[in-house]
Amino acid sequence: MGARGVEQPSGSDNQTTGATGPAARPNREVDSATMKIVVCIKQVPDSWAEKSLSPSDHTLDRGSVDAVMNEIDEYAVEEALRLKEANGGEVVVLSMGPSQATDTIRKALSMGADAGVHVVDDALHGSDAVATSLAIAKAVEGRDADIVMFGSESTDARMSVVPAMVAERLGLPQLTFASAVAVDGGTVRINRVTEYGYDVVEGTLPAVVSVVEKINEPRYPSFKGIMAAKKKKVETVDLAALGLSPDQVGLSAAWSVVEEAAARPPKAKGTIVSDEGNGGMAIADFLSAQKFI
Amino acid sequence: MAEVLVLVEHLDGGVRKVTYELLTLARRLGEPSAVYVGPGADGALAGLAEHGAATVYVAEDAELGKHPVAPKAELLTSLVAEKAPAAVLVASTAEGKEVAARLAVRTGSGIITDAVDVAADGTATQSVFGGATIVKSKVTTGTPIITVRTNSVAVEAAPAAGARVDVSVDLSAAATAATTTEQVKQAKGGRPDLTEAAVVVSGGRGVGGAEGFGVIEALADSLDAAVGASRAATDAGWYPHQFQVGQTGKTVTPQLYIANGISGAIQHRAGMQTSKTVVVVNKDPEAPIFELADFGVVGDLFDVVPQLTEEIGKRKG
Repeated sequence: MGARGVEQPSGSDNQTTGATGPAARPNREVDSATMKIVVCIKQVPDSWAEKSLSPSDHTLDRGSVDAVMNEIDEYAVEEALRLKEANGGEVVVLSMGPSQATDTIRKALSMGADAGVHVVDDALHGSDAVATSLAIAKAVEGRDADIVMFGSESTDARMSVVPAMVAERLGLPQLTFASAVAVDGGTVRINRVTEYGYDVVEGTLPAVVSVVEKINEPRYPSFKGIMAAKKKKVETVDLAALGLSPDQVGLSAAWSVVEEAAARPPKAKGTIVSDEGNGGMAIADFLSAQKFI
Repeated sequence: MAEVLVLVEHLDGGVRKVTYELLTLARRLGEPSAVYVGPGADGALAGLAEHGAATVYVAEDAELGKHPVAPKAELLTSLVAEKAPAAVLVASTAEGKEVAARLAVRTGSGIITDAVDVAADGTATQSVFGGATIVKSKVTTGTPIITVRTNSVAVEAAPAAGARVDVSVDLSAAATAATTTEQVKQAKGGRPDLTEAAVVVSGGRGVGGAEGFGVIEALADSLDAAVGASRAATDAGWYPHQFQVGQTGKTVTPQLYIANGISGAIQHRAGMQTSKTVVVVNKDPEAPIFELADFGVVGDLFDVVPQLTEEIGKRKG
């Protein structure tokens, strides 16, 4: 639900640096055909749209833009489906968000996920990342997940912190920013994207895994998939069912507050010239004047 | 004066500039203490002291480096409990944000990520939605845990004692449950890191193809710049995905950003809008990227860019 100011948009150097090849060792048949993957997905404003904060409480103004499945979560759903196809098992998608988040759950079901869980409660509105991780951890707990899968970041808040927080809360090995995932018996191995390349990281199941953009090519839902999704079960879970009280989540329980939010002042108009054969020189003059050269 | 913990970013003992930026900010909040995890601390002490670290907590135990993220979070948790710092500052790298995330849960503290400024009272400034909105936030519960973007503040030296204090932590089973078995370092050529570079030269749809990036790279090299690309260019396969600047790629805040053949969709602006100076080359005078330009040329980049590269070469002599 998260997209209040505290679940902050983020930045620079975190994210995906593309697929870096397969994890060190090849997949082996997983002995259990009952491997269960819970994929946590988020509905976000379309990343091609202009976004704004609601003036009343500095939460994301969701009314003003189209809502879509967070793009990087599509890679997570796809990766879970591939692991299931290779090893057997079940893929459950879980989304915390307002009522319209069911659209995002349906999309994942139409891609091929088996069932959905929708964590929805008015009291969750404005939850910060810490509270979001609490609700997700509670919702995942008791579902016997072998892998709790995430996209590495959401395109609205861009904090990239919830997977690590959920791993911390559940006491599970954290294997995040994966550009390749391989399950081998009770072991999961990933290529963790780093600034210099990647680290091969290994952990035992159950584990928390997050994947980066471009780890795979997410499938489009087929017509058959869309029809089948209509019959799939989506369980609705509210705060009481999670064993949480309203004072543990939501805007009022946030551990940081937005004191002010303002549109960036418009930039003073720059100098624009037409290239009359000396455009490059004109830029060089500008760069010299600005002491860049 | 309360301590302010700064987690040192280093690669094999080489302290990264963002650490000195964090120390510069930390001095506004209290007395900076650097926290160094990993081998090679001796080589880092002088630089940390020079930039204001009164104390350098050193955890050299190799075990901490064998597991990603969690050990650093647990070490910081014990330091937070012991020292009751005014705040903890961490670099907004992927790992830094995850360390901060786990630390926030463990210490029951609020977290603010991707700050571009931190005031003396702990108010953090963020630039959200790709720089379109400026947000000021404050942690209200626990110890403020703030991650700060690279290039947010000018480094200032402020010599301090830099006294080394060795520390250790007993790791939980969960912290050691994921293990790094191999580190693969990929050659990235001679250009600076995209997110740290002072100058970034980018190409977009107007570059027209992979071979067109030759002129972009030549300009970048004349300025010792990193090369970036718009999503249109990376999706088309003209330039590797890891160089994508934008909403779903890297966010950069260089001193100078030169956008060539990039129209300036929100997807791209979100990744470069906070650049200090923006230069634009585009054939289309209506391209929205011109709204961000400090200086722009309406023209064909294949005329303008090579001329610029040559001129820079001449002027640099």
